[in-house]
Amino acid sequence: MAELLEVYNMVKHFPVRRGLMRSRREYVHAVDGISFSVDSEQTMGLVGESGCGKSTAGRAILRLIRPTSGEVRFKGENLLTMDAGQERQMRRQMQMIFQDPFGSLNPRLTVERIVEEPLLTHREGNGRERRERVADILRIVGLLPEHMKRFPHEFSGGQRQRIMIARALVLQPELIICDEPVSALDVSVQAQIINLMVRLQREFRFSYIIISHDLSVIRYVSHKVAVMYLGQIVEMAPAATLYATPRHPYTLALLSAVPMPDPRYKRQRIILSGDVPSPINPPAGCRFHPRCPRRMDVCEQTAPIMREVGRQHVVACHLYTDGPEWRPVPPGKPIKAAGRSGASAAGI
Amino acid sequence: MSAIHDTQASLLEIAAPRLRFMAETLREVARRPSALIGGAMIAMVLIVSLSFPLFYSVDPLEQDLMARFTPPVWQDGGSWHYPLGTDNLGRDVLVRLLYGSRVSLLVGFSAVLVAELAGILLGLFSGYYGGKLDSLIMRVADIFMAYPFMLLTISVIAVLGSSIFNLILVLGLSDWVTYARTIRGSVLSLKKKEFVEASRAIGTPHRVIIFRHILPNVFSPMLVLGTLRVANIIIWESGLSFLGMGVPPPMPTWGRMLAEGRLYITDAWWLVTLPGLAIMVTILSINLLGDGLRDALDPRLRNV
Repeated sequence: MAELLEVYNMVKHFPVRRGLMRSRREYVHAVDGISFSVDSEQTMGLVGESGCGKSTAGRAILRLIRPTSGEVRFKGENLLTMDAGQERQMRRQMQMIFQDPFGSLNPRLTVERIVEEPLLTHREGNGRERRERVADILRIVGLLPEHMKRFPHEFSGGQRQRIMIARALVLQPELIICDEPVSALDVSVQAQIINLMVRLQREFRFSYIIISHDLSVIRYVSHKVAVMYLGQIVEMAPAATLYATPRHPYTLALLSAVPMPDPRYKRQRIILSGDVPSPINPPAGCRFHPRCPRRMDVCEQTAPIMREVGRQHVVACHLYTDGPEWRPVPPGKPIKAAGRSGASAAGI
Repeated sequence: MSAIHDTQASLLEIAAPRLRFMAETLREVARRPSALIGGAMIAMVLIVSLSFPLFYSVDPLEQDLMARFTPPVWQDGGSWHYPLGTDNLGRDVLVRLLYGSRVSLLVGFSAVLVAELAGILLGLFSGYYGGKLDSLIMRVADIFMAYPFMLLTISVIAVLGSSIFNLILVLGLSDWVTYARTIRGSVLSLKKKEFVEASRAIGTPHRVIIFRHILPNVFSPMLVLGTLRVANIIIWESGLSFLGMGVPPPMPTWGRMLAEGRLYITDAWWLVTLPGLAIMVTILSINLLGDGLRDALDPRLRNV
């Protein structure tokens, strides 16, 4: 399994002006040094509460917003230093699906024009060929070619998301980033769309990055899961491992909140107190310590380093001191680089 | 070279569905009674103002001083010789109204066109690109807004001389700010929409996004605003003609007729009422049509 996408130490800070006369310039630490990789034909899940930077991460990978620092490599090419021509090529191979199926389709274009747009932008085929491809792809996602002439407002939320998927798929990309692909939909429709997404992945052999706050969705689709908290990855593991043996207290709390369809199932619910702290002034030490049920003195002082506690299972928490330290391998270099600054120690 | 060729090819392919859309739009307009009435009325005004010399060929400047203040035909003292009466110099009011319609419509529509073109382009770029370009355009707009419209017009006409063309230019250029500001506001909210981001994610160039995704979504308020401004322009033209800076006299315009007639309002009501009515009917029909077009252009409001 080759690595398709590598994210290395990505940071995105948004400047904000505060104070009297907006004189102080501060930064929202939306994403603070995250590293992960996505293998081809695999699905990477990014979970976390709202505001933890998961959407920012997705957008920064696609360069919809420019990361402050870090590296994103797609098939070994650094996306952040590409020229316009290379970027065009890259954009054929990476697509995005958005959360809001009502806002992500231009209300004034017909379905045909919406799905055709990627082909137009990348100058694929002539009018007739494009129409055929649009009709084909609509059939594949479970719509009818008759729908081509209709406008987005004539469709239900699930159908709109199918249109969005068709649009993302029409260029046959290698990576699709989905930002909360189903959270705007009814639960019954969610299942249909999720199943469709999984089926398409098997059929067309591409990778997903799925960004969601919904742990059950992530569990169903992902091969690998990263849990984010306040701009950092706190735990990352293969999906089965993460759900079977979660380690980080935050992951445990999240999992304990997932409703279970078994009424006899008894479990201890971990209720987190307080709100997510402001990403403008993230807490010192471990960012989770103000809300952590298993807080220790050390948590307030030093940020935990990432440790490998199991096979491909890494956690950033002071509770786990056994495993070897884990550091992301800078992309393009096969051997671990030594002596990197520990400023963003929680990066995976 | 190939880029130009491709642009042309894709423009052609964009044009075909546009034509289909226009045909559907016309069908939609026809389904709305108020729009239909507005459209029919404005069409009638246009046809009459273009073709009246065929039926009623009278010199609008000819004076009949013996027949000054002849009332319209249905009033005592009126005659079929002057169906809508005569003015203080004994000129035929009907034919002056008809000639005036040409000037008013020409100036009204052309000036709005000039203003829309300038305002839409500047507003689009200002809102979409933001930053320094936005500041520059908006500061220029502020200057235009701060400058009294009459003063601007007087200075420009004083330099360029008064003619219909200069009048259109001045009226158009002093009105672009309204469009630019309106459109900039909508663009600011539109460019944050996910479908714009989605288009950017697939690599669509900014200029294509502006014309494919932004413009169609801001166009209908522009259309409605345009129809409202046609009315204003017609009135401004009247004011300028009254001050002697509009269409050079003695060419009749509705504005000048209104201005000249107001001196005799107690003795000859028709001198002000008739051009006023003409302005009102024209503006009303344009507005009705504009409202209908807005609804018909928005796929979401169709079939409602």
